[in-house]
Amino acid sequence: MNRCVLVMAMSFVFLAAGCSPKKESSAAKPTAFGVAIVESSGGKQFAETGALLPQPLVVQVNDEQGNGVSGALVEFAAPAGVSLDPAYALTDSSGQVTTNVSLADMAGRYHIAASTFDKSHKKVEVKIEEIALGYQQRLGRRLNEQYCDRCHNPESTVERVSNFDNLEVKPHPFAEGDTLNNMSDSDLNAIITYGGAAINKSALMPAWGNTLSKADIQALIAYIRAVSDPPSRAAGPFYENK
Amino acid sequence: MKKNLTSLWQKFFGDSVRAFGVVGLIFLASMAIAPSKNFFSEWRHYQRAYLRTIRNRSDANTLERHFQGGIQQIWLPALDVVDRCTTCHVGLKEASMTDVATQPFRKHPVIPHNLDQFGCTICHRGQGAATNVAEAHNSTLAWEQPILPAKYIESSCGQCHRGALPGTPQLNLGRSLLARQGCVHCHTVKLPEGSTMKAIDDPPSLSHIADKTTREWIFAWLKDPQAYASTATMPNFQLSDENARDISAFLIANSTPVTDDTLKVSVKPSSDPAAGASLYGESFCASCHAVQNAAGNIVGGDVGPELTRIGNKVKPEWLQGWIRNPRIYDSGTAMPHYRFTDAQVATLSGFLLAKTDSDFLSKVHLDPATSEQIAHGKRLVSDYGCASCHEIAGIKKPENFAPELSHIGSKPITQLIFLAGMKHTLPDYIAGKIKQPRAFSPGLKMPQYTFTPAQIDALTTALLSLNERSYTLSASLAVPAVTESDYQPAGKAGKLMSDLACFSCHRINGHGSTMAPDLTWEGSSVQREWLAQFLKNPGTLRPALIRRMPRFNLSDSEINELTDYIMTVYQNPNIDRDSMPLSGYPPGEVELGKQLFYGKYSCQGCHIVDTKTDKGYIGPTLTHIGSRLTAPWTYQWMKNPQSLRPGTMEPNRAMSDEDARALTAFLMSQTGGKQSPVAPKAARKPSPRQEVATK
Repeated sequence: MNRCVLVMAMSFVFLAAGCSPKKESSAAKPTAFGVAIVESSGGKQFAETGALLPQPLVVQVNDEQGNGVSGALVEFAAPAGVSLDPAYALTDSSGQVTTNVSLADMAGRYHIAASTFDKSHKKVEVKIEEIALGYQQRLGRRLNEQYCDRCHNPESTVERVSNFDNLEVKPHPFAEGDTLNNMSDSDLNAIITYGGAAINKSALMPAWGNTLSKADIQALIAYIRAVSDPPSRAAGPFYENK
Repeated sequence: MKKNLTSLWQKFFGDSVRAFGVVGLIFLASMAIAPSKNFFSEWRHYQRAYLRTIRNRSDANTLERHFQGGIQQIWLPALDVVDRCTTCHVGLKEASMTDVATQPFRKHPVIPHNLDQFGCTICHRGQGAATNVAEAHNSTLAWEQPILPAKYIESSCGQCHRGALPGTPQLNLGRSLLARQGCVHCHTVKLPEGSTMKAIDDPPSLSHIADKTTREWIFAWLKDPQAYASTATMPNFQLSDENARDISAFLIANSTPVTDDTLKVSVKPSSDPAAGASLYGESFCASCHAVQNAAGNIVGGDVGPELTRIGNKVKPEWLQGWIRNPRIYDSGTAMPHYRFTDAQVATLSGFLLAKTDSDFLSKVHLDPATSEQIAHGKRLVSDYGCASCHEIAGIKKPENFAPELSHIGSKPITQLIFLAGMKHTLPDYIAGKIKQPRAFSPGLKMPQYTFTPAQIDALTTALLSLNERSYTLSASLAVPAVTESDYQPAGKAGKLMSDLACFSCHRINGHGSTMAPDLTWEGSSVQREWLAQFLKNPGTLRPALIRRMPRFNLSDSEINELTDYIMTVYQNPNIDRDSMPLSGYPPGEVELGKQLFYGKYSCQGCHIVDTKTDKGYIGPTLTHIGSRLTAPWTYQWMKNPQSLRPGTMEPNRAMSDEDARALTAFLMSQTGGKQSPVAPKAARKPSPRQEVATK
């Protein structure tokens, strides 16, 4: 049994080693090379585990002047279970490549690498982070939308006017990892349950302990940890391409 | 050759001792296969890997103490669960294993249920009794149930939870799409609790269609509904030109006029676009109807049809009749009867008729219909099941037009026909069918929908939840849905309320929409004078909301009728309107309330009392609150807002009676400068303290 697996694994490695460069060169041959690759849009999105990200991921290959290079080959690499459609492509007329990303089945942060080669065949790479939310974080996200977002999110939309600017003491947006990562779970729990005044912060933050259940508050904390930037250690593992 | 074999035989089995020895060795060797197979089994490999993983962790001792070698099993006879998953997924219950990225060792993410109570396969599917990776997770020849991809996991919640859950947005969306997008008009879906899923969309009757629109428009619409309105619910039946021509011929020929004089009243549509736009805005048409703006964005609600090209569709005289009183053409419509004046009808119809796309019908030229075409059109209408959704005079609604979808979540894979290149799993099959139904066979009648990938996943999730287990589950596990009540207000006021379509926005006694506030306890909540004034000329209560109450041009007698009914019937049994006065509170109590408002409870974060200093933009503006709400309602709202309006955003602050009273006194003093109308009567001492039952 073991040997069988070993043989299969080795033959797969050989096959992969033998096939992949060939496939690349035949399917997409770069006609141009850039010097840098940058993320245009689609980074730091949230989706539930296993689901398609709401927006596609767009990267751009630039030349020395920072202008887009058309016809450069961009390859995406992602941890196991993440699907990329397409996994590689040539940049379009504005120097961009667009790919649709579905995250894998585990909650956590996923690093997707987009790379291209410059003229001297040196690899340049940009890493893009996407976040898969598990059940608890998803529940937290919904509670955030219902109760917290109106004040904690400074962005207004047509349907939802933000109250952020109206507040004398500004609330912390949940992505503000520099501040929120330094607060322990029990501090966050206290401020949500008993209000800002309970830990000598602004009384504009009301107490939610009689409105939300303990599980709801845990879910909110899990959500805050999941979206913080820089990432919080409590948010779980990173998934990198090995 | 033969000689060699004979000598070999002689060598091993020449005499009985030799034969005995050799046979014994063979037996020994074959007996060793079983233990070695066991030793090299996958699960032992994972358990050894787990022990290596935890060895260097700081909590190695605890983890090693928890570790149990050998095959593990969760056995729940009542649920028919025998799950050996924990044999390899060793760290599922270890709180510290959240940071482990390598499977199968990571802790299970937090969910509302206990693993020991439900096992694994109830949610994840797969083969619980298997002890190797392929058999447990994948669909092999022997097993029908592959592991469920994570993106459909909410379908498993739906096996027991038949209603919407806060934690299952995808399942909720999928279920509402089934009811809202017309799926259940054609497909019967029997729910596990025995009822049949009902459609909640309201496809228009086509019996009087010729009053409303032209044959050319019907033709263009049939060819591509989304070309007329990108948000159209009607799917694309991919009809040929001939078929669309014949169906439109039949529908027009089959249509009978609505006989009512009020329809014929016609005024000249006004050509004042500015007045039209402002009337459209004031009447809050956009709360229900959307229009595509210049940037291509759809702006507005999705209760009524999109109006971007309405001028291409409707006949002017029909539109005027509709604006005047929609209930004459369609008695059950969700649109209110606005009681517009003739001038307003002219303004609004002129504004709407100008919403046209000059290219839209320019290529449609239809010759007069022949009787063969009309007869063919009638056959097509039956063939395509148009009457499953639309009322069409002379055509019966077909029964079981499309395959029943009950139990679809357990359909055996052997009964499915897959497309080339498709993964052979049930979720992929369902998603593929929804995405491109005609790809499975050109003869299929199912039309092409314009669902987004997220909507397809949601629909697939909802359908997967209709599996065998959900129907056979013991009743004690099922969590039934909250069903919509069929509440209808009685009498003259009731008639008035259906004429105004109050329930299209408001909810009362478990019936109606949630777009606007629930009015179940409105009579306990507001003061009569305020309500009458508000119905006459609705003002802005919540500045941040874009959907507001429109003005209906109600007559004084209609306002009286409605106000009396609401004040009498919509009373909360736990609130005595006369238990607390509107004014006459001691100044000290009002002052204490003010301090609490700005200090301890910092209400100004969300509300405005003093327009000069307060900026809170979430809750209603409170500058006139003392002339709007009753004191007992305000007091009870302070004590527990959710007891009066479940799900309201205002947090329950668990106030003491004194705080709630002081805040009530302060808020009742906010009358926008006006004297409270009942001030003298209320001067008596406000006692005894009323106790309101808190739920």
